Amino acid sequence: MIDKTRVTFTVNDSPTEVWVWPHQSLLQVLRDELGHTEVKYGCGEGVCGTCTVLLDGESINACLVFAVQVDGQSVTTVQGLGEGRSTHPLQDRFLELGASQCGFCTPGMLLVAHEFLSRRPDAGREEIRSALAGNLCRCTGYTKILDAVEAFARERETGPGGEREA
Amino acid sequence: MYPAPFAYLRATSWTQAIDWLQEHGDDAKLLAGGQSLVPMMNLRLVQASHVIDLNAIPSAGIDRAGDVLTVDALTRHAELEESPLLADACPMLGEAAGLIGNIRVRHRGTIGGSVAHADPSAELPCALVALRATIRVLGPRGERRIPASAFFMSFFTTALEPAEVVVGVDVPIPPGTTGSAFLETVRRTGDFAIVGVAAAVRLDASGTCTDVGVAVAGTGDRPEDLSEPAAAIVGTTVEDERVAEASRAVADATQPRGDERASSDYRRRLTQVLTRRALGSARDRARASAAR
Repeated sequence: MIDKTRVTFTVNDSPTEVWVWPHQSLLQVLRDELGHTEVKYGCGEGVCGTCTVLLDGESINACLVFAVQVDGQSVTTVQGLGEGRSTHPLQDRFLELGASQCGFCTPGMLLVAHEFLSRRPDAGREEIRSALAGNLCRCTGYTKILDAVEAFARERETGPGGEREA
Repeated sequence: MYPAPFAYLRATSWTQAIDWLQEHGDDAKLLAGGQSLVPMMNLRLVQASHVIDLNAIPSAGIDRAGDVLTVDALTRHAELEESPLLADACPMLGEAAGLIGNIRVRHRGTIGGSVAHADPSAELPCALVALRATIRVLGPRGERRIPASAFFMSFFTTALEPAEVVVGVDVPIPPGTTGSAFLETVRRTGDFAIVGVAAAVRLDASGTCTDVGVAVAGTGDRPEDLSEPAAAIVGTTVEDERVAEASRAVADATQPRGDERASSDYRRRLTQVLTRRALGSARDRARASAAR
């Protein structure tokens, strides 16, 4: 007899408690039980990157982690990127440079780019390109996405507003 | 695409995981990084009665004991990529890890999981065969140490007995000057390799090759140990013509399968080109380390 299990974790710093079946993915629980529909279901195999969340600060495929596994850990979705209701500077660059078209891949792109640049602030375009190689976009053709991520990286290193976001 | 229901068990030690494996038999699956197992469960290629999660077992990470690098089975690919210890003593392993899947897969996937899964196209098993690594295995009857070349038996098939688990990998760091390299060809970044080649070269003080290890992924039912044909460079100063000769011998020793991704001939041709480049790069690194 398999029972539901109680799991406690934080989502974007909010303490969360939910009863889950062991076979429910973190993705399924975030979307269907907790209403976090900004986390997208793409391939279910860890290839496309649309379900990216940060688990204790590291980007992971929410489709390949069972919700029972994240007990005691912290989950960040794209909603947790900006302060309150304001957008994060990386999101601003996406808006300005037209890096989002249908928007389905955007949460995953933002989270992977943000996490990668927090570890490698000096990364150049080619390094950004290989970090984002596992996030598929079927609209923009990637150039504008890379433009936006690169613009954010350079701005944060040197330019105006660079000091406002850690 | 959701997995079939299963009972979830969180192991806090290897012996507990082994006990549960004995108790629940073949329908119990070990969950390490889950980057191969969970897709197969989502696709219903695998249905488990019990999933034994290994992530709460403490990991010893990467360490060096004399001339041996010890790598805990639960070491994640990203840790291999970023380890200064590996970058210094055995850069090929971190290089191979950096070619796996995508950044999220590398944050979760583990070396023990990759080894136990034994995909014949996978990077780490191939690298471990070329490095003459030893797989450390624990089971109800204690620990066994199995050479990587004997551990991988066929497609997704290893020398693991029922209720045995991979607990770590030992990589010898031979004395003297060595260099190693891993190269692969993929259609799209993150795919499994069409062909991957791992090469390790050892030189003596005069720059003469005393030992070579070569393994190839993607050509057979397991990572193939092709050190024997590659030994054409042993006893030479590893000039380009000798490397080319050895690469031809390595490619000739393969009988690759053809499939929808690549024909048999293409795989053999890739084996030759990648072996030539990997051996050349391993040689250059060995020479550079001698010069330091």
